[in-house]
Amino acid sequence: MSSKFLTHRTGVAGAAVLAVAAVVAVVAPLLIDPGSLDVTRVTAAAWQAPDARHWLGTDHTGRSVALLLAQGAGTSLFVGLTAAVLAVGIGTAVGVVSGHFGGLPAGVLLRVTDFFLVLPALVLAIALSTVLPRGLGTIILAIGLTSWPSTARMVRAQTLTIEARPFVERARALGGGHAHVIARHVLPSVVPLVLVNATLAVASAIVAESTLAFLGLGDPARISWGAMLHQAQLHGAVPQGAWWFLLPPGLAIVAVVLAFTLVGRALEAVVTPKR
Amino acid sequence: MRLLGRAGGAALSLLMVAVLGFFLFRVVPGDPVVSMTRGRPTTPETQAALRAQFGLDLPLHEQFFRYFTSLLRGDLGTSFTFRRPVAEVVLERLGPTLLLVGTSTVIAVALGLWLGVLAAWRRGSAFDRVTTGVSLTLWAVPTFWLGMLLMMVTGDFFPSRGMRDTDTAPDFLSQALDVGHHLVLPSITLVAVVCAEYALVMRSSLLEELHAPYLTTARAKGLRDDLVRRRHAVPNAVLPAITLVFLRFGLVVSGAITTETVFSWPGLGLLFYDALTGPDYFLLQGLLVVTAGAVVVMNLLADVLHGVLDPRVKVV
Repeated sequence: MSSKFLTHRTGVAGAAVLAVAAVVAVVAPLLIDPGSLDVTRVTAAAWQAPDARHWLGTDHTGRSVALLLAQGAGTSLFVGLTAAVLAVGIGTAVGVVSGHFGGLPAGVLLRVTDFFLVLPALVLAIALSTVLPRGLGTIILAIGLTSWPSTARMVRAQTLTIEARPFVERARALGGGHAHVIARHVLPSVVPLVLVNATLAVASAIVAESTLAFLGLGDPARISWGAMLHQAQLHGAVPQGAWWFLLPPGLAIVAVVLAFTLVGRALEAVVTPKR
Repeated sequence: MRLLGRAGGAALSLLMVAVLGFFLFRVVPGDPVVSMTRGRPTTPETQAALRAQFGLDLPLHEQFFRYFTSLLRGDLGTSFTFRRPVAEVVLERLGPTLLLVGTSTVIAVALGLWLGVLAAWRRGSAFDRVTTGVSLTLWAVPTFWLGMLLMMVTGDFFPSRGMRDTDTAPDFLSQALDVGHHLVLPSITLVAVVCAEYALVMRSSLLEELHAPYLTTARAKGLRDDLVRRRHAVPNAVLPAITLVFLRFGLVVSGAITTETVFSWPGLGLLFYDALTGPDYFLLQGLLVVTAGAVVVMNLLADVLHGVLDPRVKVV
């Protein structure tokens, strides 16, 4: 599987971008002096264009945009990953249960899945993060609880396909119970699909995080790429012409989201056999 | 029979929207009145008065009964910040949103489907690779950032705030031109993001059809290539694509919220932003019910439309 992945050049490029982002996210908090990101302790002038000392310029308080960018990587990636795991986890559970068990409970689950599939996830996530106390946990919960339905649909379909196969019938005939069929036959067969789905889910979760943070619903104590753009909008980076505060966080989001998408598509091509 | 079932499903969904709207804003930690008056000087008496005014001092089931019966009458409650009925405020802001979303959707559907068809038909060509690459990149771009970027790049060329200038002549033509001028940047933003998704959907939908035997027959009859595409392949592939366009109407709604926020476009999206910064729970609840309801109705429409356009659906 790994050697097949390597034949997808765009997927490999995506994986490389992600590796860089991950290294920055891990290393940045260790190397950056917290004082340099403290609004009350910075010495540089506000809205400074990029120069040799601040190579991405400074924001409205005089903090270095380059340092903010490196510091923000961790939050954006962490929220993206955990929210995606939460969403895909819920989706897989709902999908397997509604696919494996028929009858009324499956019907109800399917109905609920379809309901949430249709609703605009962002609107629900906004509502959730407005009523819950601001914080990282709220954002993760808001994104995770609103973006599971597509995984559930897909896992359900796969479960139904697998359960129609003769070897599952054989397992049942030999006395295998629900737990046995799910654990030994259904789950192993949905894992590749779930993996692909999780990769794509991280991509949309990072966009969702940046959108919520942009609307001012993020964790006020943490720097993320979306939060930087929130500040840029709030303090008029556009009328100031401060392109150095607007471009880097946005480009970082696009690069990482695109990388997750490309990796996801490459994985998809690897795990789904050609027709 | 199929339609009856769908309509029943949609009605159930609308009911679930109403229930969700109620519980989301009631069964949360904290007192809504306390959080809505945060940062403003209030006494316990005024808070109690507010609680009574919004019916928050009643038992939950009574609150729900009141909420639900007024919802059936089209009453969405009272906005906390505007001190006016939510339905009235929402109705006022509906026009600008319909203008923005309508214009953008029409352009995005036309452009997206056209690009998707051409990309799929010339699969693997430079055009296909560029279209797919640009679409994937645009899909990764946060809507609000694209809006800010456009604003910065175009500078003073296009107005970037609001829907009309105050000093425009009152006659219809100048007003329409002014609104159109203001509409340019927000609609480009919305089109760019939504159109990318449509192009990808159309492309994969047409790719599914490409190896169908009826296309070989059409070619064997001696039809020219673009006739095979226009008369045979596209009509079959466009139906699932159009259904998906309707199904992803939620995408447009989400895009409208951030686009309107960036450009201060005075529609429902900006109202959403006002409601969450308040925070005004009653307004937010009303907006949630209205937008979610609209999305459910759009989906029902997609189903009906699909059934009318595609005779094969009736069989199954």
